[in-house]
Amino acid sequence: MSTAELLAKQEYKYGFVTDIESDMIPRGLTEDTIRLIVEKKNEPEWMLEFRLKAYRHWLTMTEPKHWPNLTYPKIDYQDVIYYSAPKQKATKKSLDEVDPELLRTFEKLGIPLTEQKQLAGVAVDAVFDSVSVATTYKEKLKKVGVIFCSFTEAIRDYPELVKKYLGSVVPTNDNFFAALNSAVFSDGSFCFIPKGVRCPMELSTYFRINNAESGQFERTLIVAEEGSHVSYLEGCTAPKFDKNQLHAAVVELIALDDAQIKYSTVQNWYAGDEEGVGGIYNFVTKRGKCAGKNSKISWTQVETGSAITWKYPSCILQGDNSIGEFYSVALTNHAQQADTGTKMIHLGKNTRSTIISKGIAAGKSNNSYRGLVKVMPKAEGARNYTQCDSMLIGSTCGANTFPYIEVMNNSSSVEHEASTSKISEEQLFYLQQRGISQEDAVSLIINGFCKDVFLQLPMEFAVEATRLLGLKLEGSVG
Amino acid sequence: MLEIKNLRAGIEGREILKGINLTINKGEIHAIMGPNGSGKSTLAKVLAGHPQYEVTGGEIIYEGRNLLEMAPDERAREGVFMAFQYPIEVPGVSNAQFLRLAYNEKRKHLGEEELDPLEFKDLLKERAKVVEMDASFMTRSVNEGFSGGEKKRNEILQMAVLEPKLAVLDETDSGLDIDALRVVANGVNQLFTPENAIIVVTHYQRLLNYIVPHFVHVLADGLIAREGGKELALELEAKGYDWIRTVDKGAGAPAN
Repeated sequence: MSTAELLAKQEYKYGFVTDIESDMIPRGLTEDTIRLIVEKKNEPEWMLEFRLKAYRHWLTMTEPKHWPNLTYPKIDYQDVIYYSAPKQKATKKSLDEVDPELLRTFEKLGIPLTEQKQLAGVAVDAVFDSVSVATTYKEKLKKVGVIFCSFTEAIRDYPELVKKYLGSVVPTNDNFFAALNSAVFSDGSFCFIPKGVRCPMELSTYFRINNAESGQFERTLIVAEEGSHVSYLEGCTAPKFDKNQLHAAVVELIALDDAQIKYSTVQNWYAGDEEGVGGIYNFVTKRGKCAGKNSKISWTQVETGSAITWKYPSCILQGDNSIGEFYSVALTNHAQQADTGTKMIHLGKNTRSTIISKGIAAGKSNNSYRGLVKVMPKAEGARNYTQCDSMLIGSTCGANTFPYIEVMNNSSSVEHEASTSKISEEQLFYLQQRGISQEDAVSLIINGFCKDVFLQLPMEFAVEATRLLGLKLEGSVG
Repeated sequence: MLEIKNLRAGIEGREILKGINLTINKGEIHAIMGPNGSGKSTLAKVLAGHPQYEVTGGEIIYEGRNLLEMAPDERAREGVFMAFQYPIEVPGVSNAQFLRLAYNEKRKHLGEEELDPLEFKDLLKERAKVVEMDASFMTRSVNEGFSGGEKKRNEILQMAVLEPKLAVLDETDSGLDIDALRVVANGVNQLFTPENAIIVVTHYQRLLNYIVPHFVHVLADGLIAREGGKELALELEAKGYDWIRTVDKGAGAPAN
């Protein structure tokens, strides 16, 4: 048997559709659409202004089509449904009032929401299409002062906090997709960790796209006040459709003095079929600001899904001695395309950043790392270490590295290391000769390759990620 | 245990083995010798099921089964082990993790309970004594940054853990200094029992001073050109391989 002949026939096990009645608005995007969303969500006037400002910017902007190493047909933004919510009671006093069909859906996805079955030690905000359907452990968290709720509730219950921080890291006119998101975002999660509090459990949001026609535009805002700590996890899946769905999210993190935010993602959106039909277009802006001294923001991502991934979780290292980290595994198979990486912007003195990126390409996929390390004149003594490794499986895939380095002072140091390797027949044979099946051998090699990143993931996520990579590559080496 | 009948095999359309006949019983150590390019390593790799080698004729019966129909991992779980001439590096995978996975695959295959990491650690510590390896090797990535001698010792450690019925040592002596050679050979001797068999593939007689074979087979141009006891190796050492090349090529009759 020769290498790379038998491509994955692995079924995407999250590809089912939930049959539930939805409250949808007509497709297309105008100022009226935005007013309709605001009305549906019963939002205050300042939110309407925020959205309209973003929308008007967006109209003047063009899609970033030229610089990413991605090719895809033109997206018709007037053919997208910008709001779709499962029909249920507007206000839920308890989880008992959540539509059982929705509870079943999340349970099937491995995210039980009912009191008896909730995951221990992890609070979950479950987002279905455009709205958050349930958030667990809310009361328990409130006791220590941690706010964890849907974005809709945050706008209603904590308007001053939202006003203060929304758009403070990713401005409405930041880029095409961020502007679009700012105009139409429907829900998401809000986390606020007050001064000196170490969040007693992991916070997580599980995103589910169900509607074939709607996009998902969610927003996450995490604020960690002085000396606080939080670890946040994000998971995502979607049904299998022949049509591409648009997902354009914005995530903003703010860490004040001595605060630490750890943000982990396991992204498993539907990736399309072997020929590249269907799958999610994932255009996401994630950025954290280390606003305070000695603060730290750490991004860990395991990107395995989506037909297209366009995503650069970044850190603005403003506070002196602040630390930014980016640990990434991006796996592409079949016809998937990923252009992903990070930006580390050093503003403060003695700021440090670490970038560890592992790209794995199989099938006919194309996997690019794109990263910017920018050291500003006042960032004396800044340091960066970047390591980009690519692994190719078979000979029909591609891997690229696009590093951008700009250093504007001479007391800083920037290191960049890159490597490209292949899973060789010899390596597989060696492991097989020790009684390990070919599939397990591929998994073992890949997991070894990704070890530095997996070590950063919370335990449960690391196990999930290991399993996921194995599944995604099943049969990709012949 | 193993019966090779009229085996023909090659790589990329080029025939290397041109009709090998060999019978190996348990409790025997066989040495396969021969000049470079004679087919020694090819024979080892065909036994292990290397995907690049193509068998074009003949058969191999192992424990009553057609070995050629078994995938490499199945052969391994059934007790066929090959110590590699050039052991492969697996970055990021610890030796202990790799060995436990391999060991448990075999246990599963035999319908036995798998060992958890702690239980396995004890077993590994015990087996590591066979090749005088200390605990630091267990947490390092498989063969990564190992010296030539350490890699070969690691191969024999794997043999000690997996306890094969049939072990094929492919030029295990190459690149070893005399001390490392002694450790490796000593390890192999400790692992040899009346219930298993060992095939030692080597270019030089040197290794056979330490691992003493019951039978010596000399390959030349894809055929067994000479067979005998351990004294044949000494004769070769004295006379060189040219002496073999001059003998009649039709001499490759089954030994047993």
